[in-house]
Amino acid sequence: MSTFDAIVVGGGHNGLVCAAYLARAGQRVVVLEAAAEVGGAAVTREIAAGFRVSSCAHILHQLNPQVWSDLDLERNGVVASSEPMPTIGLGADGQHLKLSPDEIQTRAEIAALSGADAERFHPLMARLRRFAGALEPLLGMSPPRLGTADWSDRSALLKLGWRVRRLGRDDMRELLRIAGSNVADLVEDTFETERLQGLLAFDAVLGTHLGPRSPTSMLTWLYRLAGEAGRALVQPVGGMGAVTQAIARAAQAAGAEIRTDTPVARILVEEDRARGVALDSGERLSAPVVVSSADPKRTFLSLLGVEHLDTGFVRRIRNLRMRGNVAKLNLALEGQPEFTGLASGDLGARLVIAPSVDYLEQAFNAAKYGEYSPAPAMEITIPSVHDSGLAPPGKHVLSALVQYAPYGLKAGWDTAKPAFEQQVLSILGAYAPGLDSLISARQLLTPFDLEREYRLTGGHWHHGELAFDQLLMLRPVPGAAQYATPLPGLYLCGAGSHPGGGVMGAAGMNAAREVIAREVGE
Amino acid sequence: MRRSRWMTGALWLYDTLAGGPHLLGISCEPDSREAMFIRADREEPCLNDTLQDFEGATNATLHALQRETQTPARAVADRGRFRGLFMKTYDAVVIGAGHNGLVTGCYLARAGLSVMVLERNPYIGGAAVSRELYPGFKYSNCSYVCSLLRPEIFRQLELPSFGLQVIPYEGSLTHMRNGDYLASSHDHDINRREIARHSRRDAEAYDRYALEAMRQCRLIKPLLMRTPPDPTSLKPRDLDELIFLLKHFNDIGEARLYDTIRFWTMSIAEFLDEYFESDVVKASLAGSGIIGTALGPYSPGTAYVLLHHYMGEVDGAIGAWGFARGGMGAITQALARCLQSHGGEIRAEAEVQKVVVKQNRVTGVALANGDEVHARTVVSNMDVKRTFLKAMDAGDLPATFVEQVKNFKIRGSSGKLNIALDGLPEFPKVPKDCPALTGDMHFSDTMERMERAYDDWKNGTWSQDPYLDCLIPSQIDPTMAPAGKHYMSVFVQYAPPYLKTGEWDDQNRAAFGETVINQIADYSPNFKDLILHMEVRSPRDLENEVGLTEGNIFQGELTFDQLLFNRPVPGCAQYRAPVKGLYLCGSSAHPGGGVMGAPGANAAREMLRDRGLRMAGWSPA
Repeated sequence: MSTFDAIVVGGGHNGLVCAAYLARAGQRVVVLEAAAEVGGAAVTREIAAGFRVSSCAHILHQLNPQVWSDLDLERNGVVASSEPMPTIGLGADGQHLKLSPDEIQTRAEIAALSGADAERFHPLMARLRRFAGALEPLLGMSPPRLGTADWSDRSALLKLGWRVRRLGRDDMRELLRIAGSNVADLVEDTFETERLQGLLAFDAVLGTHLGPRSPTSMLTWLYRLAGEAGRALVQPVGGMGAVTQAIARAAQAAGAEIRTDTPVARILVEEDRARGVALDSGERLSAPVVVSSADPKRTFLSLLGVEHLDTGFVRRIRNLRMRGNVAKLNLALEGQPEFTGLASGDLGARLVIAPSVDYLEQAFNAAKYGEYSPAPAMEITIPSVHDSGLAPPGKHVLSALVQYAPYGLKAGWDTAKPAFEQQVLSILGAYAPGLDSLISARQLLTPFDLEREYRLTGGHWHHGELAFDQLLMLRPVPGAAQYATPLPGLYLCGAGSHPGGGVMGAAGMNAAREVIAREVGE
Repeated sequence: MRRSRWMTGALWLYDTLAGGPHLLGISCEPDSREAMFIRADREEPCLNDTLQDFEGATNATLHALQRETQTPARAVADRGRFRGLFMKTYDAVVIGAGHNGLVTGCYLARAGLSVMVLERNPYIGGAAVSRELYPGFKYSNCSYVCSLLRPEIFRQLELPSFGLQVIPYEGSLTHMRNGDYLASSHDHDINRREIARHSRRDAEAYDRYALEAMRQCRLIKPLLMRTPPDPTSLKPRDLDELIFLLKHFNDIGEARLYDTIRFWTMSIAEFLDEYFESDVVKASLAGSGIIGTALGPYSPGTAYVLLHHYMGEVDGAIGAWGFARGGMGAITQALARCLQSHGGEIRAEAEVQKVVVKQNRVTGVALANGDEVHARTVVSNMDVKRTFLKAMDAGDLPATFVEQVKNFKIRGSSGKLNIALDGLPEFPKVPKDCPALTGDMHFSDTMERMERAYDDWKNGTWSQDPYLDCLIPSQIDPTMAPAGKHYMSVFVQYAPPYLKTGEWDDQNRAAFGETVINQIADYSPNFKDLILHMEVRSPRDLENEVGLTEGNIFQGELTFDQLLFNRPVPGCAQYRAPVKGLYLCGSSAHPGGGVMGAPGANAAREMLRDRGLRMAGWSPA
């Protein structure tokens, strides 16, 4: 039986980040990845000969700066394929709204629709970024516990309070007001242009089980902005797989061992402590610390087993909401697609189909009842515009997030998937006529597929709904929110833990810090 | 007091007039309706008169003065202002005789202040009224059941001695489409057996659920009668209160604290999903999460709305609901009697048009009929939009504040039917002696149906399959209807204040009523034949008659961004308006709507505090 200081279950970006940090701290670490390559949901796969695409996550905008510099990802090969991407809200009428990182350009773009909106746009975004800035430091630390007598928790909370207080009276009041509110109210109170309202609301609800009129959808937007912390939207050369490959190199350079094609069957427990893992192959690996980057339900309910946990905790885990709502569409295209009214120079942007708040809300309505949106919202990128290595010359790949496509589809995904695929393509076709004739290969990953192929319970790529009651010290559940679990020696480091998914790497980093503090040097 | 008023008047007159014999008019005391006329060259009164014939008296005195001095005498230039100086100035004028306005009035009058409550309608009560709209029947035509009225208020104002009696009723009944039903009961064992009929597992879970709901009620109740602190303020009082709150929550312990955060932010559907599996069990409980709220049961924050309906009590039975004997008007009638017994006055048919502000300070209110009522303080029981956007000039308020008020969400989402019945409707699928028939009846047996009803509202139509809260109070309270006949109150969720197709009119109001009637008739074959008279109320009717903006029964959505220190507007959540002497006492203020009286009592406490007084029988907060 091989012996390690720590075993990391799962070679997604968080597992790899955690392993890299542990290895850097002198630990003998092994990462066990079930798939043939590391990366989890941040991978680049070939969908047809010569066509490669980031098959799940497709934009890099939240990677934690600490992780970036500590693991020296730049030197390890992560290169942005382009300048920061603008975001373009597509209109079916060929009238589009482009929000680019350039303030003057964006102002002019909005002013063409409404002068008042143009005046209000940057002050609002600046204010939201200030709010996000006050929350941002929380992402890189273990969430403080509430109601304890521990002074480190209290000081973390006081610091948060101080940061919020330092925003100034008006900002603080506004933050406390809108944090629990819904994004539709804010954008409708501020702007008159439907397209702008829809485009902004889209960011708030992407990846959540919320519509723009659902209370707390402002919080998810602030949370996203905090994760971005002013960083630009980019796509790495070689797709998202390049990021996880770079993290893997950093981990290996620090001494971590990575084993692919190595599914873990079970976490081994001896004397009420995690002692290692048993592999599907029957092999056992032993270590005093097991860190799981698998989602919490998989970790506790299938890898560990409820017999090692008390009922209250198990109930919380079972009640964890992690039913994905986002499908992923990957297309191989024989030529450059044309979107009505869109200059070909703008094809490299992040293209969003969310023409109004009502459009999004209607799309969400269906998801509430276990139906897919008849007219879904989409985030589309054509990464091959900037990164010619992804497709043969003259050809392209298109990657789109499609929301809402609920995991628990009443009709069942096996039967409904073809119809949904048709639906999605016809919506796309309304914006890009002739797209159909360019498609040489296509891949639609429903949440059901994501669960099967990427081992994401519920097909939820945040490993759990981003909702008020599943954030911070409540993520994934109280009792396991500081990465340590009720079982000594077992830790969580995946997106199911604070601060959640989105290729941040923060969960892996925070977990490693927690493991080192608790286990190393004892 | 007498001397200082005398001096004020005198000085003002000396400023105004020059030369010749003048007439001074000074009222003796603020409460007196008498005017004393005093010659400027002497200090003793030359005539006392009542204000009724002020003009005649002035002229008579001027003539006398003229005769005596043989020179033309002058009174003050501006008779209106002069008159104003003499008219009674109240310590407080309350705009609106709803339950909160009356509660505020009672507490102020009890503390010895002179109080005038002004009501626009010919009857008092706001949305807590009993109205005879069909001979022999009393309709509680807005609010219809009683539980939230704070027991502190009930006791301190001695409402029973002014005729208020609350009769608890039994449980609730949810009719199911498959012909079955779920009849909940206050009796633990009966309730458990009934739930077990639908799901054994849910019967087990119910106790856990009830315990959690009760814990949350206990936690929030002490906050209802307190003024929320301003979290941005460094004033000792706010810091004190903030520390009190932190300690209050900290004391419940880590695990329960997490449960509380979850409870406050989850949707009622998610919360119930954690406990129950049976659709009808969940549906029967979820109703309390959406009543009066422009949100569906799947929307985050609705678990809190449920709490808002659970935190009341009847006779110490927490979470219980009851009928006010004689209808909901009995509550406001008792409050009015209490107010009058402490010397407070009420004037009906006195619509306030404007709050009069001079130099950033209120001086009274101007009525629609042109009268002015003077007061040192004005307290508005109207909702925040009506108060600041309609009854005030934007120029008298800070611009950002006006913007915030505009952005406050008051969304009408409910309608109401009041029905006079010739007899008791039969529900053949339910045993005749089922005690739950005397309580709330619902016809939505899944949460999905409720959510779809909400989707209709979002679309700008009334729900095609609405959630109904239907009661026949005359079964328990015989004063509501003639013998053998019955009054039925049907609360309807959802109905929008503005229809997609245009304004509410008689035609679509009738269609709306029809939708509701049909739903009940599906379960009660003789129901339609029993209808003698029916009043259908859209949110717009509620707005037009009671003055609730958009017909929102809570004077503002009970969402997270509009609770506690955010209600109604951040920085203005302590019942004081940004104009000196103006206060809010309606449900737009913390802790929100329902016939609770807490905003009224809290506002009174703050007003008294500003006068250096303490509310009797009140622990300091």
